[in-house]
Amino acid sequence: MTHPAQDTRLWRRDTTVLTRALGRTPHYVVAGGLAVIFLFPLLWNAWASVSGQPGTAQESGYGLGNYRTLLEYDAGLWRYLLNSTVVSALTVALTLAVSLLGGYAFARFTFPGKNLLFLLTLAILMVPYATLLIPLYVLLGRLHLQNSLIGLSLVLAMFQLPFATFMMRISFEAVPRELEESALVDGCGTAGALRRVLLPAVRPGLITVGLFAFLAAWNDFIAPLILISDSEKAPLPLAVANLRQQSMGAVDYGATEAGVVVLAVPCLLLFLLLQRHYVRGFMSGALKG
Amino acid sequence: MQVKAPDRAPAEHRAPPEHRARRSPTSTPLWRSRKVQGLAYAAPTALFVAVFFLLPLLLVGQMSLSDWPLLAGDRGGNAPENYTDVTDSPLFWPAVRFTLLYTVIVTVVLLGLALLLALLVQESRPGAGFFRTVYFLPGALGLASASLLFWGLYSPTTGPLSRTLEKLGLVDEPVSFLGTPTSALLSTVFLVVWKFAGFYMLILLVGLQRIPHEVYEAARMDGASRAQIFRGITLPLLRPSLALSLLLCVTGSLLAFDQFFVLTKGGPDNSTVTIVQLIYREAFQRLNLGTAAALSIIVLAALLLLNVLQFRGLRHADES
Repeated sequence: MTHPAQDTRLWRRDTTVLTRALGRTPHYVVAGGLAVIFLFPLLWNAWASVSGQPGTAQESGYGLGNYRTLLEYDAGLWRYLLNSTVVSALTVALTLAVSLLGGYAFARFTFPGKNLLFLLTLAILMVPYATLLIPLYVLLGRLHLQNSLIGLSLVLAMFQLPFATFMMRISFEAVPRELEESALVDGCGTAGALRRVLLPAVRPGLITVGLFAFLAAWNDFIAPLILISDSEKAPLPLAVANLRQQSMGAVDYGATEAGVVVLAVPCLLLFLLLQRHYVRGFMSGALKG
Repeated sequence: MQVKAPDRAPAEHRAPPEHRARRSPTSTPLWRSRKVQGLAYAAPTALFVAVFFLLPLLLVGQMSLSDWPLLAGDRGGNAPENYTDVTDSPLFWPAVRFTLLYTVIVTVVLLGLALLLALLVQESRPGAGFFRTVYFLPGALGLASASLLFWGLYSPTTGPLSRTLEKLGLVDEPVSFLGTPTSALLSTVFLVVWKFAGFYMLILLVGLQRIPHEVYEAARMDGASRAQIFRGITLPLLRPSLALSLLLCVTGSLLAFDQFFVLTKGGPDNSTVTIVQLIYREAFQRLNLGTAAALSIIVLAALLLLNVLQFRGLRHADES
């Protein structure tokens, strides 16, 4: 059925597809090889946490022995998970509330000291984390917030403010003014306009801010290390790091690997679900630079 | 989103509220004035900045000039003893040197790899989105979690790397990836590059996507080679993104803490103690908040200076 001419054309098209695929091969070899390197530690850790290793709770075979160790370690996994959840939730709530109001103020109002306050908020970025933690340790003591999850959350929220305020300011500025003004004309106060009209409009910004605040609070290590002295109140990263030193001499690698899984899974899931919002954070940050 | 003003509202009613306020100032209660409302909305931000940023900043200055043991509290001024104590400490200069060395290595390797990754995934080839996600995935983890992960990965007894090398017959005995100063440094650099490469890839990707397609096409029409296009177009137009990455990477590396605290604890033989680790040691092992505060101020000054220099350097390069 095939015409000879058609045949050659087909053949020729096949070769171009083939050469193009071959031309791409080095690209895919490099990209694929790198992907393996990037994925391997994550996959290995997940596998190692359930596979048998001498010197761990899971001596042989596959099972959840390491996770059981984690459940029973010191104050128990649930306690540490609760601590981490409380700190993350408080930090996210504080960051959202403060930056929502602040972003609205900076985007839509003029008031004395506005530019100074905005610059000071961004200046938090210029000061190293570690520089502030030593005086904050003393200051929280004076406020009776030392060794407290609330104090820790307040500090973590403060470190989120530069990004959060910037993000919320540009989110509000992107909303057309007419939207808010028509609400004001309809008899809403500015608070009503914020709640009914602006809040839905800046929701993507809020999600981005909340995501960044959660990841930062959930994962932070040095702030709880310095500000929390009671092991009962340690968030999960600190607890897992302490767990390694616990058993004298004999290091429990298995329980640590299980701890890393518990730490990593919420972050990976949230990132995969909210990737779009995460990338938006980068776009705004990069525009600024 | 566009919303039509309701027809019944005459034009003058749609004017911003401050116009109305100006027309009848007496009828507007104070709390309704835009100025006061703006202040009220900004108040929580102001409170946070004042209490948790400005106050500690003043306090750390005062602490650095005072005799301030962790347990006893403020015992009055002793300037400039804390600063001389810090710089006389046998750990100080080695920590400065090590932190700088680490920063240079990490920055070069990390930004080089991030640029390669960004170029690999910038085009909409099939699978580009998948690779982007995979390269970024480690970035979703916390640095402390990633360090704990690699601590197991590097283990000479149960880690897969050492065992694989042994099985392949490349080494005779378990490899101690954190055992010597050099291997500890390089192992940490590998961890940090793995964790952050996707992060910087994203920043550079945003920059790459802002380069107009027409520029590339024009260059290709003129017969420019791929290398020429990269050097003549991609790199110069990517400068803002590269500068931002450089600033973030240098600042972040100079303040390195988690990765060394978890992986090496500063060892072996204090060979991997960074400046921020030194702050922690002064405060919570030597129990001296005064010297820890002095070190904090030194770090702050160094970073501010660096930012100014980098900013100037970039602006200078822009003019030339």
